[in-house]
Amino acid sequence: MPSFDQEKKTAKKNNRRLIIWLVCGVLFMFGFSYMLVPLYRLVCQQEGINGGSVRAATEVDAGMQVDRSRVIKVTFSTQLHNGIAFRFMPLQHSILIHPGERKLVYFYAENQTGRGITVQAIPSITPVDAARYLKKTECFCFTQQYFYNHEKADMPVYFFIEPSIAKDIKEVTLSYTLFDASGYLKKDQAHFTHGRIEI
Amino acid sequence: MTDISTTVDHAHEQDAHDHGPPKGITRWLFTTNHKDIGTLYLSFSFLMLFVGGFMALIIRTELFEPGKVLLNPQFFNQMTTMHGLIMVFGVIMPAMAGLANWMIPMMIGAPDMALPRLNNWSFWLLPFAFAMLSSTLFMSGGAPAFGWTFYAPLSTTYGPPSTDFFIFSIHMMGASSILAALNIVVTIFNMRAPGMKMMNMPIFVWGWLTTAFLLLAVMPVLAGCVTMMLMDRHFHTSFFNAAGGGDPLLFQHVFWFFGHPEVYILILPGFGIISDIIPTFSRKPLFGYHAMVYATVGIAIVGFLVWMHHMFTTGAPLAAQLFFMYVTMLVAVPTGIKVFNWVATLYKGSITFETPMLFALGFIVMFTFGGFSGLMLSLAPADYQYRDSYFVVAHFHYVLVSGSLFTIIAAVYYWLPKWTGRMYSEKLGQWHFWLTTIGMNVTFMPMHFLGLAGMPRRIPDYAIQFTDFNQICTVGAFIFGFSQLIFLYIVLKACLGKGKHDAMDRVWEGAKGLEWTLPSPVPYHTFVTPPNATTLQTESHAVF
Repeated sequence: MPSFDQEKKTAKKNNRRLIIWLVCGVLFMFGFSYMLVPLYRLVCQQEGINGGSVRAATEVDAGMQVDRSRVIKVTFSTQLHNGIAFRFMPLQHSILIHPGERKLVYFYAENQTGRGITVQAIPSITPVDAARYLKKTECFCFTQQYFYNHEKADMPVYFFIEPSIAKDIKEVTLSYTLFDASGYLKKDQAHFTHGRIEI
Repeated sequence: MTDISTTVDHAHEQDAHDHGPPKGITRWLFTTNHKDIGTLYLSFSFLMLFVGGFMALIIRTELFEPGKVLLNPQFFNQMTTMHGLIMVFGVIMPAMAGLANWMIPMMIGAPDMALPRLNNWSFWLLPFAFAMLSSTLFMSGGAPAFGWTFYAPLSTTYGPPSTDFFIFSIHMMGASSILAALNIVVTIFNMRAPGMKMMNMPIFVWGWLTTAFLLLAVMPVLAGCVTMMLMDRHFHTSFFNAAGGGDPLLFQHVFWFFGHPEVYILILPGFGIISDIIPTFSRKPLFGYHAMVYATVGIAIVGFLVWMHHMFTTGAPLAAQLFFMYVTMLVAVPTGIKVFNWVATLYKGSITFETPMLFALGFIVMFTFGGFSGLMLSLAPADYQYRDSYFVVAHFHYVLVSGSLFTIIAAVYYWLPKWTGRMYSEKLGQWHFWLTTIGMNVTFMPMHFLGLAGMPRRIPDYAIQFTDFNQICTVGAFIFGFSQLIFLYIVLKACLGKGKHDAMDRVWEGAKGLEWTLPSPVPYHTFVTPPNATTLQTESHAVF
């Protein structure tokens, strides 16, 4: 029966065409799951959320006015990830700052691991609504930091809070968690010690 | 799994040309028959239901009293993780796939699935995936203990060594689901009987078509997610590790981009089943067929835009919280259309209360209840209180147990006489329904109040003021668990029993659909010649 064979052939062809489309869709979605990674970064950076604005240096807008009518208390805190043997603490517990004013604070770090180690500090800001207004021109968290055995250092953070921050925010906490970054060395940053004061 | 073999052995009584299935184990290993594969899926799912249920009872026993009852906390966490994974990936999804394999070709008048060999493979991946997953229980360091959502860094930095087995088993079950979905889409598009239009298909077929597209879209994302985990664990990438510039929060975005459509994957075929059962026992056509189809597709589309409602408390910006809150509430609209249409179908119908209908009605009431607690959770400010509490546990068990599982049980009662040719005992079925419903509500209803009172989920111990309600939950869980043995007995008796074939071809007098034009039990091969136009006309949901 030629017509039957013919029918079977077209059916097979139809199936094949549809399968190819669907498999392409599946492959695209697998790729899409990886595309979510840069997409997520991009959205965070654009919106200034989730630390996107505090992990890289910002330029100070020349027209920025200091708002002396308001004072915000900025509290500093530190944590050690996975209990790495470091002493790590802010030199001041907290400071008062006017929106638009620039302040320099230091964090003290001492390597007690018994070996040279590369660490990375990750900032976190609460409340969430304040996060995008806290900006830094300089920070030890912008790069990985290399510490020789028993090395001590004071590490600077130069920051300001944008005057456009919501009026009801009176207190902000800036917290750093220190991670062991040995497994994730960035070649152009290895043994980076720039900007800090050796003790 | 040879236990169901008698169900279709009688094929050659019906049809002299039918060569019937081969004998022995090779029939099941090498089968390309959609009915055999459907049976395999359903048997596998049934087995896993008891495995996962046993774990649930271990969990509830531990929670009978505060303090340590049976287990150390680490093992408790392994149990909650494995219970969740097995119930979602090993019970609900394979059961729905089994029903699809059995019913879709018969409902659209096709002789088999479009890609029968692929069909065989997509089933046989599953037992291996779950053997691998279960084997982690016996490994040093224990099974995965980070919850079925396997959030990083719990699963990456702190996961036990067996996490890698977990990752590959997820890959395998993902591949299985993708292949099954591929097969279903091709079957529905290309294998419909001549003259059957898309808008003539039973809602179950529509539900599965939508589900298959959802599977094709999000299972690859899950595969990508676990692959990133694997790379973070072993290849020094840092997708989810802040030390290397990654972000643990990214994990939750990738996971829930899969995870939210996944919950619609678990329920949309069930909506289809209910839309078939309610008209049958109301002896009325389905109210608003077109609205049902559009609602199904609508739920699937909106399902892609709500994933962040699982992450309200992760520090999302206000605008994002508001957007995801409103879109989540929007899901209630198409779902509401469905519920109203089912109720409108019941209105002025001549209703009888056979077991499938009881489960369907129980589904409507209790699923709606679960839907309402979902609406409560969708409110971002309220979610700050409810999140990670027993309220959430109560919510998702109401939509998964009295939702998805009830639809599966209803479907089995509804089509079992068609598959096996034997009517089940209506009396036992009613016992099963009432014990299940009572057990289910006694188990999960108190959990709402436990959650509102502040009891956190995934904790083996609790404050003493929660003791009374936890004990009620545990008693309910045992009633629920053991009443499933009645179901096991009913199914085994219908499949293996020596009783004569007493089911009529149309089993239920009010039933419409191509599958009811076939003899009971169904011959091994059906619709080798497609049904004619008159049959299509009289059996179509859209027009009758």
